[in-house]
Amino acid sequence: MIHLPVALVVIPLLGAAVCVLFRRSFIAWTVALAAAWSGFAISILIAVYIMKIGTLSYSIGGWPPPWGIAYHIDYLNSFVLLIVSGIAAVVMPYARTSVNYEIEEDSQAYFYCLLLICLAGLLGITVTGDAFNMYVFLELSSLSSYALIGMGKRRRALTAAYQYLVMGTIGATFLLIGIGLLYNLTGTLNIHDLAHQLAVNNIIGSHNRTLLTAFAFIIVGLSLKLALFPLHLWLPNAYTYAPSVATIFLASTATKVAVYMLLRFCFTILSGGFIFKLTLGKILLIPALAAILIASMVAIFQYDIKRMLAYSSVAQIGYMILGISLATPLGLSAGILHLFNHALMKGLLFMVMGAVNYRIGAVYLNDFRGLGRTMPWTMAAFVVGGMSLMGIPLTAGFISKWYLVQAALEKGWWPVAALILIGSLLAVIYIWRVVETAYFNPAQEMEAESSGEAPLSLLLPMWLLVLANIYFGIDSSIPVELAGRAATLLLGGAS
Amino acid sequence: MEVFIDIALLTLLCITAMAVVHIRKLFCAIMLLGIFSLLSASMFVNMDAVDVAFTEAAVGTGISTILLLLGMSLTNTREKRPHYQPLFSLVVVSITGAVLVYGTMDLPAYGDPNASIHHHVAQRYIKQSPLEVGPPNMVTSVLASYRGYDTLGETAVILTAGMALVALLGMRRRKVLPMSSSSGCGDYHDMKDHLVLRIMAKIFIPLILLFALYVQFHGDYGPGGGFQAGVIFASGIILYALIFGLEAAMKVVGYPVLRVLAACGLLLYGGVGVACMALGGNFLDYNALAHDPLHGQHLGIFLIELGVGVTVFAIMVIMFYAFASRRGHTA
Amino acid sequence: MNWVGHYNYWVVIFLMMSGFYVVISRGNMIKKLLGLNIFSTSVFLLYISMGKIHGGTAPILTDNPNQVYSNPLPHVLILTAIVVGVATTAVGLALVVRIQERYGTIEEDEIRAKDDSL
Repeated sequence: MIHLPVALVVIPLLGAAVCVLFRRSFIAWTVALAAAWSGFAISILIAVYIMKIGTLSYSIGGWPPPWGIAYHIDYLNSFVLLIVSGIAAVVMPYARTSVNYEIEEDSQAYFYCLLLICLAGLLGITVTGDAFNMYVFLELSSLSSYALIGMGKRRRALTAAYQYLVMGTIGATFLLIGIGLLYNLTGTLNIHDLAHQLAVNNIIGSHNRTLLTAFAFIIVGLSLKLALFPLHLWLPNAYTYAPSVATIFLASTATKVAVYMLLRFCFTILSGGFIFKLTLGKILLIPALAAILIASMVAIFQYDIKRMLAYSSVAQIGYMILGISLATPLGLSAGILHLFNHALMKGLLFMVMGAVNYRIGAVYLNDFRGLGRTMPWTMAAFVVGGMSLMGIPLTAGFISKWYLVQAALEKGWWPVAALILIGSLLAVIYIWRVVETAYFNPAQEMEAESSGEAPLSLLLPMWLLVLANIYFGIDSSIPVELAGRAATLLLGGAS
Repeated sequence: MEVFIDIALLTLLCITAMAVVHIRKLFCAIMLLGIFSLLSASMFVNMDAVDVAFTEAAVGTGISTILLLLGMSLTNTREKRPHYQPLFSLVVVSITGAVLVYGTMDLPAYGDPNASIHHHVAQRYIKQSPLEVGPPNMVTSVLASYRGYDTLGETAVILTAGMALVALLGMRRRKVLPMSSSSGCGDYHDMKDHLVLRIMAKIFIPLILLFALYVQFHGDYGPGGGFQAGVIFASGIILYALIFGLEAAMKVVGYPVLRVLAACGLLLYGGVGVACMALGGNFLDYNALAHDPLHGQHLGIFLIELGVGVTVFAIMVIMFYAFASRRGHTA
Repeated sequence: MNWVGHYNYWVVIFLMMSGFYVVISRGNMIKKLLGLNIFSTSVFLLYISMGKIHGGTAPILTDNPNQVYSNPLPHVLILTAIVVGVATTAVGLALVVRIQERYGTIEEDEIRAKDDSL
């Protein structure tokens, strides 16, 4: 039981090495499937344990922190762990058919290897309690995602991957500078010890210039990674041209983990997020609002639907940062809840894109004509995902939007609440375009013959997410509970 | 004296950096970057970071330069003249630099022994590590034992880079073509026809490989360890490939062997950790590996450094092969 | 504020910024990678400068019981970071080589023109 946190990260990591050893695509996929499912099972066990006990610690190498690296799981971690491992578990069955279609036979084992390494990296970031360990695993997941994106068929995938590489490395180096300055102030790298040292030596209160600079660099570096407007430039291209499985996985997990890192640095290390309450919250509010409005508006004009969903992702990240920048218990839990709901929504929508690509070969708006008839299950799934994105009641997306609006009203910020609702309206517009084309436009002659419904291996994981969206829209007690406890923990300081 | 070296090296670094910014011929820029790395390595020695200097020289100057030159030979050799005004970039860079300078104002002075950074965690590493872990080289103790998990992540990063390269570039066997590109080389068509090169290579390569093994196993007592050893070993193979041809090198150490070695290196590292768990300790807790903690630590460090060295060697050669086998390939 | 004591830091910051400048202002993809390398290496110099102690020596145990050793922790961190840096360079170069094959150029403005004309 106690070894579970480490097993969570080591299983995908060693599984990736096994994938390389046996280069047959089927074996690689089986290893990936086993790793993803066991990871999800472990996350559930950990979450159950955390709900009862509260925290789980593990010293790697037997050396106690801060001399060794320690894993430390609390409510926030276990919530994000559930998201990442859950999405991986759902994507793996989907991946068999999709990867077979989009990637050459010889390279498929490498694709699964890189996917497992990305998963291990993201899980490693979430579980660890050591700042530099976070950086190493961040680079691990980033490197594998650059390669995953670059394996897309079209040549624009390569430029998208390169752009992501340059921007991502700048972000990671800024983060490294920030961690270095923090280390210089305190002499330690363990997150909870950092919080302790900063508080005990009264560094926070004395307006230490190095501390401010460290945090400036950390926040800018992380904003590059989580694609906060205006540092989001890599995201639309990266999501649009990557292979479908890569887009599904990255869109649902990579930016969420970056938001998690932001929460850890700003709330846990700075004991209660005082810096957020004072000024940082208001500074981050502006890019968040800009993201919601501008990205949604740009999404309306896109003809490539994957690209439209990518811009929609930028807007949704704006919602998450908006919730966090409010820095109240309600706002924070709304932001954290939106991490979960967005993973469900976007995972589902990009799965639909993958299925359409599999049958039709492209995902432009015109290709959706008449799909309501030829691919009824797939389009129904799209409708549910779209409703979740718009924030319609009975879907998961409604819950987090509702909490966000409540949090904004609680602070008395009426304009912000209005802007959140306007964002939802814009989402209605761009989702409606696709729905209208699919259901109300007649299919073209040739396409009606050649296509058909997506195969079962693509449909089943998709509908699993559909059911999850609806279930968590009706009975959201578990995510809300976890998010609420996580928010209280963050605002109360390091445990 | 130290101050003079410090100032001289920093000045040279600045000049080199400015040259890299300005020069448009990429071959020169890449060689200047190699010089920059070497000067940084010297700077590291001056700052008492000998392991880091060794790694920077091997990895930064050695492998980076090789890969960049390979990349350049497969693409353009000149940069286009930038025709726009870089005002925005200058503004961004100035602001960032100013913020950083502002941030360093509250830092303790360079070299101050009373800085808080030296008093907390580092004291245990310096005082206790020879007693708890064993090796006189404290950096090896911290790298392999206290923070061994970071090193596992790092090994995985190397494996990722190698696999990414193979996934993106593929690996193909080529017909024998000379590595030397210019055909106006007089009487010599192949590098291996050049007598001096061939004989010196045959003298040097065994020495290089032997030195790599020395660095691998001596990493506990002096600067060295798995990373540097893997890179030096790989450079021996790369030298062989440069002189005698890629085809010949691939016959000696072929891609399938390297792939298995790379995976096994990481599996060895992870396997040691799992074995520690099976024997009752935590992950990577070497105390559990033997009856006596110090013996356990020694065994654990030896095995994981071996794993690291094997993976690094295999991946470096794979990266070289991936680029080199691309020459002469048409899109 | 100690001018002489901070000279090292400021020169390193200047190096960082020159690397950063190359990344954001140049359009040639290989030049950008060179800039990224300079940027990262300068960050490593900054870290190691923070670990230096006057009168200290390398953190390898000697026979002198009164020896002052430099802080080994930054060394370990930078060892990891150097390797991460070279891995990033390698992946970046692979992408650049593929881009050259598919586009025929590695200058960003020419690539953008080719993409927009489609």
